[in-house]
Amino acid sequence: MAKGTPKPDELSRIDYTPPQKEWMDTPVKLKPGMYCWGAKAKNLQAVGFPNARDWTPADEDWKLPENWEWTVLEGIYDRLKKYRSFQLFLDICVRCGACADKCHFYIGSGDPKNMPVLRAELLRSVYRRHFTFGGKLLGRIAGARKLTLDVLKEWWYYFFQCTECRRCSVFCPYGIDQAEITMMGRELLNLLGLNIDWIQGPVANCYKKGNHLGLEPHTIMSNIEFMLDDIESITGIRIEPSFNRKGAEILFVTPSGDLFADPGTYTCMGYLMLFHELGLDYTWSTYASEGGNFGFFTTNEMAKRLNAKIYAEAKRLGVKWILGGECGHMWRVVHQYMDTWNGPADFLEEPVSPITGTKFENAKTTKMVHIAEFTADLIRHGKLNLDPSRNDHLKVTFHDSCNTSRGMGIFEEPRYIIKNVCNNFYEMPENTIREKTFCCGSGSGLNAGENMELRMRGGLPRANAVKYVHEKYGVNMLANICAIDRAALSTLMDYWVPGVGVTGVHELVANALVMKGEKKRTTNLRGEPLPGVEEEEEEGKEEKEEQGG
Amino acid sequence: MRALFSFIVVIALVAIVFVGVKGANLEFLFGVIIPYAALATFIIGFIYRVVKWGRSPVPFHIPTTCGQQKTLPWIKDSKIENPSTTAGVIARMALEVLVFRSLFRNLKTDLREGPRLAYGSDKWLWLAGLAFHWSFLIIAFRHLRFFMQDVPVVVQWVEGLDSFLQIGAPLLYITDVIIITAVTYLFLRRVYIPQVRYISLAADYFPLFLILGIAISGVLMRYFIKVHVVGVKELAMGLVSFNPTIPEGIGVIFYIHLFLICVLFAYFPFSKLMHMGGVFLSPTRNLANNSRMVRHVNPWNYPVKVHTYEEYEEEFREKMKMAGLPVEKE
Amino acid sequence: MELKNILSAKRTAVLKKWFDVILESYPPNTAEFLRTQKDPFANPVGHTIFEGMEGIFDELLEGVDSHKASVFLDNIIRVRAIQDFTPSQAVLFVFLLKKVIEEEVGEELRKEGLSEELTLLNSRIDKLALLAFDIYMKCREKLYELRAKELENRTFRLLKKANLVYEIQEQEAESRN
Ligand code: SF4
Ligand code: SF4
Repeated sequence: MAKGTPKPDELSRIDYTPPQKEWMDTPVKLKPGMYCWGAKAKNLQAVGFPNARDWTPADEDWKLPENWEWTVLEGIYDRLKKYRSFQLFLDICVRCGACADKCHFYIGSGDPKNMPVLRAELLRSVYRRHFTFGGKLLGRIAGARKLTLDVLKEWWYYFFQCTECRRCSVFCPYGIDQAEITMMGRELLNLLGLNIDWIQGPVANCYKKGNHLGLEPHTIMSNIEFMLDDIESITGIRIEPSFNRKGAEILFVTPSGDLFADPGTYTCMGYLMLFHELGLDYTWSTYASEGGNFGFFTTNEMAKRLNAKIYAEAKRLGVKWILGGECGHMWRVVHQYMDTWNGPADFLEEPVSPITGTKFENAKTTKMVHIAEFTADLIRHGKLNLDPSRNDHLKVTFHDSCNTSRGMGIFEEPRYIIKNVCNNFYEMPENTIREKTFCCGSGSGLNAGENMELRMRGGLPRANAVKYVHEKYGVNMLANICAIDRAALSTLMDYWVPGVGVTGVHELVANALVMKGEKKRTTNLRGEPLPGVEEEEEEGKEEKEEQGG
Repeated sequence: MRALFSFIVVIALVAIVFVGVKGANLEFLFGVIIPYAALATFIIGFIYRVVKWGRSPVPFHIPTTCGQQKTLPWIKDSKIENPSTTAGVIARMALEVLVFRSLFRNLKTDLREGPRLAYGSDKWLWLAGLAFHWSFLIIAFRHLRFFMQDVPVVVQWVEGLDSFLQIGAPLLYITDVIIITAVTYLFLRRVYIPQVRYISLAADYFPLFLILGIAISGVLMRYFIKVHVVGVKELAMGLVSFNPTIPEGIGVIFYIHLFLICVLFAYFPFSKLMHMGGVFLSPTRNLANNSRMVRHVNPWNYPVKVHTYEEYEEEFREKMKMAGLPVEKE
Repeated sequence: MELKNILSAKRTAVLKKWFDVILESYPPNTAEFLRTQKDPFANPVGHTIFEGMEGIFDELLEGVDSHKASVFLDNIIRVRAIQDFTPSQAVLFVFLLKKVIEEEVGEELRKEGLSEELTLLNSRIDKLALLAFDIYMKCREKLYELRAKELENRTFRLLKKANLVYEIQEQEAESRN
């Protein structure tokens, strides 16, 4: 550090260029800040995962079972037979490089092994060596290599540097989806008990207690009680939601992050206020109190085991259909997997909005509706009394979450809502939104604390686009429909673009919502003075207050 | 290194035919046996690979959605980029296969503000890819005239179009120029763009050299080192009618051309070139985004161990009762 | 001021060379990407670095206003603080400017008898370097602060009210081994 000031000619002698070797000859080095702690024994045990033991990634010895190579190879064989995607994606990549610079981790870190194609080659090379004729015969020249401990560590390191965001898949001419390969890679790693605790902990919690944080039934209720107190002091209205109530028309499921973590809690207050205003006949569940699914970041089977609770609870309570809150990966799972895993949901009815009578035909077999679809429909039918000027101190932009964008395609609904509840809306540049949206950098269970550098790198492309609209239009609020985004983007903004806050869409809705019998509101849900109110008190100060988030 | 290796292999292949035909008079081997063997390998191998893919199921419904989903009637859905119907999927696949829609996406990155000029190297990949694949197809189609007694009109049209510039005698085919340019570009790109060089394998260079070899030998044969065309047709007709003959004096360049093609055919099923078949099977592209409307069935779905509500209530009953939550068992 | 004119005339060349030597600190295939991808949104790293460099260079000619220079330095260092660099590598780019200026205009300046001004310039760069260290440290501190803050957001005021903070903190401490 204390290097003084070297002379120019001294500097020219410093060799700061990393040696460029072929990637197979560059062994993996685990760098602090880039990886998460290893999964703990008790959390692996809780769900019956193999090789449960405490281990530390930084240690030489990962305490692998005997014959682990065989386990992995067998695992590959198994999955080749079960997933066409896996088999096909291993076979048909032509290494054209179209995907190479599309990954936010590559863009932010410059580590070549973060190029999606190379991330896949990490596994593909082993596949070639052990499963293809050419690879066996020609070895290295065919791009094949043996499965060794180093290779395994490399997998672990880089498969937990992929947020399964599918951006690469949009640009690949064959639709090769690295997220799919990462999922398979993580399944293989799980055969050896190699997960990260930031994922495994929530999985264990969710399995036993129904949600990632491990909130017990009474805690969930008291958490919501506190929100109700706040809502009452802001609006003068006391809301009384129900829990585990049989015979309700709708079961509401949302990620548990909204129950306890700022700023997701404000979004949750938004749901409560909206449903109250509508007089919706709905119930919360403490058993199925998690919409998110960290099991999805371990194995397909685990994801299914966690997801099963939603339908099971809907059946037990005898509801007609299910409404889902704002969440990214939850919706990937609900939209593309839930019915296949745990359906058919023939005990439910085709969802119909009790307020507008709209049939949600797009959800006719899964019977679960996205809250943005639900609310957009309400607004369209003029069922909500909205005062967007209450959000006038905000200049809003919208971040499309990866999962809902590339694994579902919900783009217009949230924008429609935002435009109806806010007067100032600005889009980020075209190639950073919608299907080309950039990840928050913390998806797929990577939103831990110990890998903060990784997250800041991965989030840089997103932050950079926000910065652009922040500087150009004075955008000061980043809206989204994902619980992980709400937490992760807050941190990301704090580092890259201070002065931009983060909000869920339904927080904006609730702030604009004029409720029947409410008192004159003076603050928004965060307890900050509303724009009009402030003007009455101190003219002209609002410029500064914009930075409120 | 990897490029050099592939280059040497292709040169060696050429040398083999040259020696074989010139030195050892193995015309029958190179003109009949190897073509049959290569074609058989291609057909069997191709089918084997596709069947193998087809045999592993598509357990989940995982289209990559690139546009607005179909939801409420007043929201315009993106019928091709995010298809919800079979027709939409067909359109999406057609765009993908015929004009390389996804590669084209790279173009958009040119949109920007500020004084700096667009770089847009990516559009070249799309363009070169398209030029290469299409001219390859047209050239293959043109070759039909060697395999049919009466050349169909369509083939004649295509030939006519392809040579509409009316340069030289014999007339210059535009596709000949395009394919050599495109393949050369694709090769240079692999060597010069460091990212692409970093990920390239010998298996990426080899087909490029092979195809370049085929194209060059073909061009040489047509425009420079004349071969006995009638003889070539006779040989080709013999092959298709399973009555092979080896006419005299065709010229070694023809055997080189033919042999490289045979190698390409035989190599095809073992290589990444199978993307030709694979692209149609890609589950992120060929499924409609209708998974909440139509249930997708996983053939190997199996029951899993779950934590039931009963177990949950068992554990928390007292706490639930205290909090005023309804319970199943008192 | 002669020096200023000479440097201004060479602005493009100096910036280009400076950019090149900075990019050498990345793997070659990455450097090429950072150099050639001109879309600021597809290439935020290269874009940010280049923009910051331009700002710093112009600052240098005018005589380094700490506040303004900090903004430009901050943009670059914020990026390098989360990439694989040791602290000295992260701020090395400032010193590299000396080398570049020396190579590009050193001789000319000496011929013109401006070596004194060159010394002045170099001391300005030193000042920038010191600033850079401070900024680097701030960025790193920020990262730690963010970790702490996330934890706080997670525990949330509601849990605090419910006196559940203790439980959560304990859990967190455990998961940090
Ligand atoms: S875009 Fe597709 S085919 Fe091209 S390198 Fe990437 S994964 Fe392979
Ligand atoms: S899925 Fe996302 S994070 Fe993973 S390789 Fe592709 S672009 Fe990168």
